[in-house]
Amino acid sequence: MSKGNKTYWKGIEQLKNDPSFVKNAQNEFPEFLPIKGSSNNSRRDFLKMMGFGIAAVSTVACEAPVKYAIPHVDKPVDLDPSLANYYASTYTMGSDYCSVVVKTREGRPIKIDGNKFSKVSVGCTSSQVESSVLSLYDKQRLVSPMLDNKETTWSELDKYVKRKLSSETSRKKYIVSHSINSPSTHDVIKLFCEKHNAVHIQYDNISYNGMLDANFEHYGKRKLPSYDFSKADVVVSFGYDFLGGSFNHNLFNKQFTERRVVHRDNREMSRLYTFEPNLSLTGANSDNRIPTKSSLYPIYLSELWNILSSKIGKNVFAKYKPPIIKYDSSKKSLINLDILEKVADDLVENIGRSLIVSDSNNKSVQLLVNLINEQLGNYGKTINVNNSYNIRNGDDKIFNQFESDILQGDISTLIFLNCNPVYDNFKISKLKDQLDSVSLKISTSDRIDETSILCDVIAPDSHFLESWNDHEPVENSFSFAQPTINRIFDTRQHQDNFLIWSDQKISYFNFIKNNWRNKQKLSNSDEPFQIFWDKLLYDGVAEFIPEKNKNENPLPNPNKFLKNINTDINSLIDSIETSSNEFELNIYQNLTVSDGIQANNPWLQEMPDPISKVCWDNYISVNPKDANKLNIQTDAGTMSTNILTLTLDGSSHDIPAIIQPGQAEGTVGLALGYGRILAGPVGDNVGFDAYSLLSSKSSTQNLTISKVKLSNSGKTYRIAQTQTHETIMARESVIQETTLEEYKKNPSAGKYQFKVATSKGKKKPEEVTLWNGHEYKNHHWVMSIDLNACTGCGSCVIACQVENNIPVVGKEEVLNRREMAWLRIDRYYSSDADVDDLQGLEIAAENPEVTFQPMMCQHCNNAPCETVCPVAATTHSSEGLNQMTYNRCIGTRYCANNCPYKVRRFNWFKYHDNAQFDKNIAMNNDLGKMVLNPDVTVRSRGVMEKCSFCVQKIQEGKLLAKSEKRRLRDGDVKMACGTACSTNAITFGDVNDVNSKIRKKLQVEKIDKATLKLKEERAYAVLDEIRVSPNVWYLRKVRNKNNV
Amino acid sequence: MHVESKLRKPLITGGKTLKDVSEDICKRVEGKPSLMWYAAMIISNITLVVGAYAVYRTLWDGIGMWGLNKTVMWAWDITNFVWWVGIGHAGTLISAILLLFRQRWRMAINRSAEAMTIFAVICAAMFPLLHMGRLWIGLIWVLPLPNTYGSLWVNFASPLLWDVFAITTYFSVSLVFWYIGLIPDFATIRDRAKRAGRKISAFIYGVLSFGWDGAAKTWSRYETVSLVLAGLATPLVLSVHTIVSMDFATSVIPGWHTTIFPPYFVAGAIFSGFAMVLTLLIITRRVYNLEDYITIKHLELMNIVIIVTGSIVGIAYLTELFMAWYSGVEYEQYAFYNRVTGPYWWAYWSMMTCNVISPQLFWFKKIRTNIAATFIISIIVNIGMWFERFVIIVTSLHRDFLPSSWAMFYPTIYDVGMYLFTFGLFFTAFLAFSKYFPVINMAEVKSILKHTGEKK
Repeated sequence: MSKGNKTYWKGIEQLKNDPSFVKNAQNEFPEFLPIKGSSNNSRRDFLKMMGFGIAAVSTVACEAPVKYAIPHVDKPVDLDPSLANYYASTYTMGSDYCSVVVKTREGRPIKIDGNKFSKVSVGCTSSQVESSVLSLYDKQRLVSPMLDNKETTWSELDKYVKRKLSSETSRKKYIVSHSINSPSTHDVIKLFCEKHNAVHIQYDNISYNGMLDANFEHYGKRKLPSYDFSKADVVVSFGYDFLGGSFNHNLFNKQFTERRVVHRDNREMSRLYTFEPNLSLTGANSDNRIPTKSSLYPIYLSELWNILSSKIGKNVFAKYKPPIIKYDSSKKSLINLDILEKVADDLVENIGRSLIVSDSNNKSVQLLVNLINEQLGNYGKTINVNNSYNIRNGDDKIFNQFESDILQGDISTLIFLNCNPVYDNFKISKLKDQLDSVSLKISTSDRIDETSILCDVIAPDSHFLESWNDHEPVENSFSFAQPTINRIFDTRQHQDNFLIWSDQKISYFNFIKNNWRNKQKLSNSDEPFQIFWDKLLYDGVAEFIPEKNKNENPLPNPNKFLKNINTDINSLIDSIETSSNEFELNIYQNLTVSDGIQANNPWLQEMPDPISKVCWDNYISVNPKDANKLNIQTDAGTMSTNILTLTLDGSSHDIPAIIQPGQAEGTVGLALGYGRILAGPVGDNVGFDAYSLLSSKSSTQNLTISKVKLSNSGKTYRIAQTQTHETIMARESVIQETTLEEYKKNPSAGKYQFKVATSKGKKKPEEVTLWNGHEYKNHHWVMSIDLNACTGCGSCVIACQVENNIPVVGKEEVLNRREMAWLRIDRYYSSDADVDDLQGLEIAAENPEVTFQPMMCQHCNNAPCETVCPVAATTHSSEGLNQMTYNRCIGTRYCANNCPYKVRRFNWFKYHDNAQFDKNIAMNNDLGKMVLNPDVTVRSRGVMEKCSFCVQKIQEGKLLAKSEKRRLRDGDVKMACGTACSTNAITFGDVNDVNSKIRKKLQVEKIDKATLKLKEERAYAVLDEIRVSPNVWYLRKVRNKNNV
Repeated sequence: MHVESKLRKPLITGGKTLKDVSEDICKRVEGKPSLMWYAAMIISNITLVVGAYAVYRTLWDGIGMWGLNKTVMWAWDITNFVWWVGIGHAGTLISAILLLFRQRWRMAINRSAEAMTIFAVICAAMFPLLHMGRLWIGLIWVLPLPNTYGSLWVNFASPLLWDVFAITTYFSVSLVFWYIGLIPDFATIRDRAKRAGRKISAFIYGVLSFGWDGAAKTWSRYETVSLVLAGLATPLVLSVHTIVSMDFATSVIPGWHTTIFPPYFVAGAIFSGFAMVLTLLIITRRVYNLEDYITIKHLELMNIVIIVTGSIVGIAYLTELFMAWYSGVEYEQYAFYNRVTGPYWWAYWSMMTCNVISPQLFWFKKIRTNIAATFIISIIVNIGMWFERFVIIVTSLHRDFLPSSWAMFYPTIYDVGMYLFTFGLFFTAFLAFSKYFPVINMAEVKSILKHTGEKK
């Protein structure tokens, strides 16, 4: 080796050149390794080893569950793992409709948002729509067609049905469905009806028969007109819950609140009067609410007509000599005439800018409503009869014919098209024992329900998220449905059934396409059909308004109707009974379980009713005075109440009661949609079936039932409520409100400014704080909630639940007050007591003013939860977010105790994969788990959780901006709650962005160390005095009260 | 001849000699336990096992087994924790502060008081541990240990963390102090066992006594260490409950957010600690015939401490009410209005009756020197102090700022079970202690015998 060359050595031994090493260096392998086969291991040892090895391997294999995760061999172009795809589609359930955008992840629909292009559902979703994505993953759905309660194949089923259909030709065939608004479906049904000589009859769970018939008689169109609440300065509702139980209430919410949001430069807002028995969402949002029996509407309306006639006689009806409705004047004392005078004054001042609506299902009453609207010049302004709705067209009278046919055994075939009339139709539910004479009964229900169990054939329909369809919810406005997932089970769209059963050789998808090919020709569009069609599906909605329809129909002479009405109304008024020991029962549809179609959806079952905050039950709501008479004992602590015995036509039913402030005296309320027996494990036997109380004797569905006797059974029952304290206790730093009168004079009216007494005089809390303030250099996320816009509907609550994988805990745990909602809506009633009477303040007024306050983590800048966590599991982000690190949380719960807003939720148990929480179907079976949002962790037992300001969405927005190499723009990040809100009550954004909506909404003047100086007078922070400096701002409520 | 000080009454009565002292105390350790002891031990063990089931269910199923809810996230757990910590106060106070103040009467009672402290602190520690949602990681993560999470540190601003430090410090110092005091007595038992030829006993106590040789140098070191530890322990008497009170005082919740809490809690802790010592000693002296060592004089002096601390607590209650009114803060005012008249009025008035009114009876000499009355009142005080913590925790939480979240708290059988568990633990430990350890500090008691009551 020459000098300078490096020597490489393998080990110290080689370097040292130790003789013993040199000797053995040739033997590369040390001799003690038994490689020569000369070991002492016997054959026995080998067998032992092998035995052990096999046993060990198989044991290991037993323990590790095999998870199927099959990657795409060839990745589809538009499918990227972890990136969401969105598809426009259309929600349909019962008679309801909503244009939606479906978010899918890795091919699974996980969230439904509104389609902003739609002019009918205006991009909003209701709790029903939001929840429907879980119904897709309901294990209760049928996995294959059924023939005589046995699983079968579609070809077998088709053979059977066709044979049956052709064998019976003498007796009648009926197709029963909810209102169908799909033009192509109608075409398909028509084909079938023509082929098999069948009749298609439609009904709605809540019948609009009276309104439809009145419209038909009034202007020859049996449809519900389009209302525009945004053009109405005065709205008078006689029991019509247009903000809650109504069809398309999202649109009405949006229109209504457009006129409720005031600011410095617009100090005008509409006024809403509500006359109603049950405290509805509309009543809760009205400026003047008059509790009344619904049987008194005819008097109210007649008197209103008379007052208006005398006041504006010379105006619209001058040429017709407005008549006066004469009725038994002794009944006049039953109504509140003072308020009616005020209402009339308001209406006269706002000719053409008002709207009268009523929920009565009586044709004459609705006709009177129409005439008053006409008298006030509302047609063509706030009511548009050209763009009428197709989504509630059911005709109750047809069911009279159906009834007599079935009683005579004159029906051979019955097809129940996605409906469950044995449960929810007032006629058919009473005829279920007569169905035996029908030789072919087909249900297209997705599960074995109350109706399909009586059917010999069940042809399960695909979920709307698996289906093709077109819809025409409002004349000439179309909405399209496309599948967002391949069919999960062996189901088939019912339209395909009809095509096959009428021997058409075309699939429904092609059928729709052909229909639209023809429509395209009519619309004079010259683009290739595929482009036209793709655009329809991409947008999800389209409008094709023929030229001739642009003008308003002239309305006929009202005198024609008044004669008939007069007698009808008079007989209605004469039948009013003033007996004091009988009650009037008003059955209604709530915003949670609604009509009961989705009763097996635990999100809806656990959603608190917007008014009573009850979940997992329906109940009789009783006025406090009546409750006193009935001696109902309630306890807010244990949530216990009495069960009332309701006696009607000789049969009695035991139903729990709650004391409902605002309930009209002498009336009680009960919600529909409960008491199902075959909905599935979640919805079965929850509450009482109110449909069963509906009389089948009347020719139309009547939700007001008089002569109901109530008595206290003395039995106690625990009813789950998420809020049990009803009043605000005069706490002005929580709820601030004022009246429009005051606001007009001074936009700061009603502002409550807490001042701290110091040695240097009184100071604002932020001037004496111990905190140094924060510096948010990049983003500063802030939310504002307009209490004037929030109607309390609760869509946001469900949207939050879906987006954030919030578990359902079941009734027992809600009774233990452990519901997990990150976002709740606090509902407060006013009290009549003096502000110093702390005990009196606990009792709500008999007819209270209601305030809704959405409450979630306030993301305090000086968060009290952060300072007390021993392990720093909840920390502050550099963007003003209060972050929760689940993995770090050890569950001391101090943060929740120290939270002044009580928005933190603790995982008391393991809610996923736990048989104890089987109602939480989204986390307890493999099918249900498909709905979980993969961007949000499913929390483990023992950790705290709370609103994160949808941090996953913020992150998504940031990544999107980054991938497009730009700064985050306002609107890139949208909260789940804000997206679902139909009234734009929730605004979210970055206040550091000078162009952001939130900055404009709050009119941010200056930001000093994260402390906002706002010009918006209505803005306030809840509990400002404790100086936690929340990043959620509330805008003070303004009421436009007419003081009587 | 029996000489008595003219100024002071003897602390040990019955004319005991040094031998008598060794004999009286050691025979409990050496002899077979009485039937009473067996009965008590069996009851304690049953309680412990029943309670352990509640612990098991809590660990296995979750904190949801308790009655807590979204509004009241602490209730019996932290009530019991503060209650036990409070009880654990008397030991250190008696052994440390009274040692520094040269209060020799403490010598007869400090051993059992300290034992009580140790066991009470163990019981107390059960609750912050078991109330954690994820004990298995919480146990490690609350300690400021170096870690591989990019060195994720604990939150030093959190009073719960201060609690961890306060309790562990207090426990270790109390334990060491107690054990050091036991060493000479263990040596006595060892020597007696050796002489009597009980080899196993001699070996065990030999190990426990760390080879104590009784040399003058050893005694001198022993006394120095005792004094140093007393000095160390003294601030702890004040710090532990001060920090426990900060669990509440540093919050924003009306009814918790008060600066009066540290002194008020410390006084309350001494109050309840003395009451518990009284309860236990009255039983112990009776069962073990130690009336000559733990005399009426002891009980009376402790009763005086109870009057003083009870009155401080009473004044604190009234001050809270006054401050709530005077502050002008509506939430503060409502919190106290609700405490007095709200749904939990019964808890508040139980607390007031037990803690403020009942100890005032001790102004009468007849009552404070009556053993039965003392025993009953000591128990009443302990019930009252439990209610005090319950009132502070539950009534403040159940109706705080937003009325929408107001709720009631109802305990489940598992809440009761957890409490029983600590009772079982405490009495099992205390009974074992009273059997195997000398319940009175023989070495120290002998020192007061010389001064006050030696037979000539």
